[in-house]
Amino acid sequence: MNSPLAVPLCVTDLTVAYHRKPVIWDVELEITPGTLVGVVGPNGAGKSTLLKACLGLVPLASGRIRFFGGSYRDNRHRVGYVPQRESVDWDFPVSAIEVVAMGMYREIGWCRPVRQRHLDRAAEALDRVGIGEFGDRQISQLSGGQQQRTFLARALVQNADLYLMDEPFAAVDAATEQAIVELLRQMKDQGKTAVVIHHDLQTVPDYFDHVILLNMRVVAAGPTEEVFTQDNLQKTYGGRLTLLDQATEAMRRRGLGSRAIGTTAEGPQT
Amino acid sequence: MIASTVIEGGEATLAETILRVVSLSDYNTRIVVLATTMLGVASGLIGSFMLLRKRALMGDALSHAALPGIALAFLIAPLFRLDGKSLGVLLFGAAATGLMGMGAILMIHRWTKIKEDAAMAMVLSVFFGAGLSLLGVIQKTTTGHAAGLESFIFGKTASIIASDAWLIAAVAMISILTLGLLWKELVLLCFDQPMAVTLGYPTLLLDAVLMAVVVLVTMVGLQAVGLVLIIALLVIPAAAARFWSSRMLTVTWIAALLGATSCLIGAQLSGIFPHLPSGAVIVLVATFFFVLSLFFGGENGLVTAMIRRSRLARRLDRRHVLRGIYECLEQGAPRRLDRELAQYNPYAGVLLSDLQATRSWSGRRMRRELRHCEAEGLLEVEGQTVVLTAAGWAEAARLTHEHRLWELFLISYADVAPSKVDRDADRIEHVLEPAMIAELERLLQKSESDGAVMPSPHEIGATLEPAGPSATTVVEGH
Repeated sequence: MNSPLAVPLCVTDLTVAYHRKPVIWDVELEITPGTLVGVVGPNGAGKSTLLKACLGLVPLASGRIRFFGGSYRDNRHRVGYVPQRESVDWDFPVSAIEVVAMGMYREIGWCRPVRQRHLDRAAEALDRVGIGEFGDRQISQLSGGQQQRTFLARALVQNADLYLMDEPFAAVDAATEQAIVELLRQMKDQGKTAVVIHHDLQTVPDYFDHVILLNMRVVAAGPTEEVFTQDNLQKTYGGRLTLLDQATEAMRRRGLGSRAIGTTAEGPQT
Repeated sequence: MIASTVIEGGEATLAETILRVVSLSDYNTRIVVLATTMLGVASGLIGSFMLLRKRALMGDALSHAALPGIALAFLIAPLFRLDGKSLGVLLFGAAATGLMGMGAILMIHRWTKIKEDAAMAMVLSVFFGAGLSLLGVIQKTTTGHAAGLESFIFGKTASIIASDAWLIAAVAMISILTLGLLWKELVLLCFDQPMAVTLGYPTLLLDAVLMAVVVLVTMVGLQAVGLVLIIALLVIPAAAARFWSSRMLTVTWIAALLGATSCLIGAQLSGIFPHLPSGAVIVLVATFFFVLSLFFGGENGLVTAMIRRSRLARRLDRRHVLRGIYECLEQGAPRRLDRELAQYNPYAGVLLSDLQATRSWSGRRMRRELRHCEAEGLLEVEGQTVVLTAAGWAEAARLTHEHRLWELFLISYADVAPSKVDRDADRIEHVLEPAMIAELERLLQKSESDGAVMPSPHEIGATLEPAGPSATTVVEGH
């Protein structure tokens, strides 16, 4: 399974900028199939941006993203995305089961209604995440953990091979955290891959096979036992990177675009 | 001929006018009322999507920016040998500058640091100002000829003729079809745009379709409601509908219904009182429905919520009374333990003063709740003592059991200090559902059927002044 086709996600030379200020620089990544990968880094390190950039939700300044050896466009049915819970308006007048059914919209096709069999599958997914009885609730009537589980169920019905999850553990109760971990392990057993943004450093070795330490660039990436070291964490969270931050800020203020920074970063390779 | 109708109208009494308008006996009235009602349906439908897409003000900018287009179309049309007063030509001009205004907002927002609301305020007022100046120019140069253009500002339903009604019908049909066919795609776009992008939907196109329908509805609505107030017709019914349901489909059709009703009544009222601008009348009727929904809406209405809250408070008070009696009985227990039943004697009475001491509530509130419980047949108040009935005893035991289950759960699983548990448990136990009780029993391996209700996991009455348990209860012989 070492053929390039099997690599679920391969990122080369990725640079992303918001308003000309680079958020992530020169990221190189290769995700091993069938692993649970944790993405760890301080606030503002560009973790969410990394996932969004892979999915084409934010424009790239430079870089190439390959999913299963092909473009995202060709492989989007194999990729599931679990956004941050705050990314949607939970007062929206839909029920949990309707949200889950959204994961099947492409499968259902343009202009066709959601049918009973789709709702059945959505209910099944809700059961799998342990909130089967709340399917009919309007989504604001769910607790934070239940909302997160709804999002997970929505990704589950997509039946993807690679899942990108943006902080699924943020502000959830202990029971939900356990349920999510259990689900991740089930996915792994089925040969699926998950890339998960995570905040709680203590649980990283328990939950993830691989870890990516990110702070605007990849500080270290690889098997957790090799990479998740005191030294690397110091590099990721410690003060050494503030210099880079200051440099970025100074460049932005002088009106140098991300392109200038991008070329500097790419310089040695091209 | 015109003169004769005026005289007729002048002689008609108010009652006759009302009858004529309400019964729709008049052909013109029929056209006007039917057309505005269809407009109400269309605006209610598209309005609920706009509200959820958080683009409500876009419609306002769009309609205000339409004014210079109307004036320009009127001025330029003769150059192309078109009738400057035909609705089609005027609305074409309106749509053109309306879209220009929207484009200006998007560009300002995108390329400068000015936020969208400020950009909207600027564009809206600049275009509207330009439109007013152009109208002034028209009035000066073409005397009398331009009369009627101002009706686009405040709306004049009376000016709707059959061809306009067909135009509105077509737009209503287009909005129903578009929203029906692209229902789930548009709901997804409004709810979670990034998700729509990752699923591969062309979100820009979907947004454009949504905005196109908004433009159509706004343009045909200009004549009836006027450009100042058309936004109200888009927003108010949709906002009102949200008080009635939490289902997108239901919200949408209620919005359509409210829009239609407001327009129907509004158009008839402006038929009866021709001097009132019809836009204002329609909007006032819509607002009446909004206020009605705000208070009495079945899902989120304020009064509904208040009733729900007071019902919950009552349920809590009932729990507190019954549990209070149970705990009083329990504390005075050693002397009255019925050994054969291995249970507390349920036929003992509790002094009202002791019961009141278990809770920090007023005597009046407690007495009110006791009266409620008495009516339910759960207890009997005899002078200064209260005695549970058999049913009341069972209910009190069940409630105390649930309360203690939850307390125990909080202590053993949630790390809550035992002294605080009583209050926390109070707050949450009213949401306990039977399934959760069963789960708690399984988890804590306690069950009411094991025998007696388990003892309290904390000192009862630790937070109140202890009133000597031996004195607290009076034994009622039976």
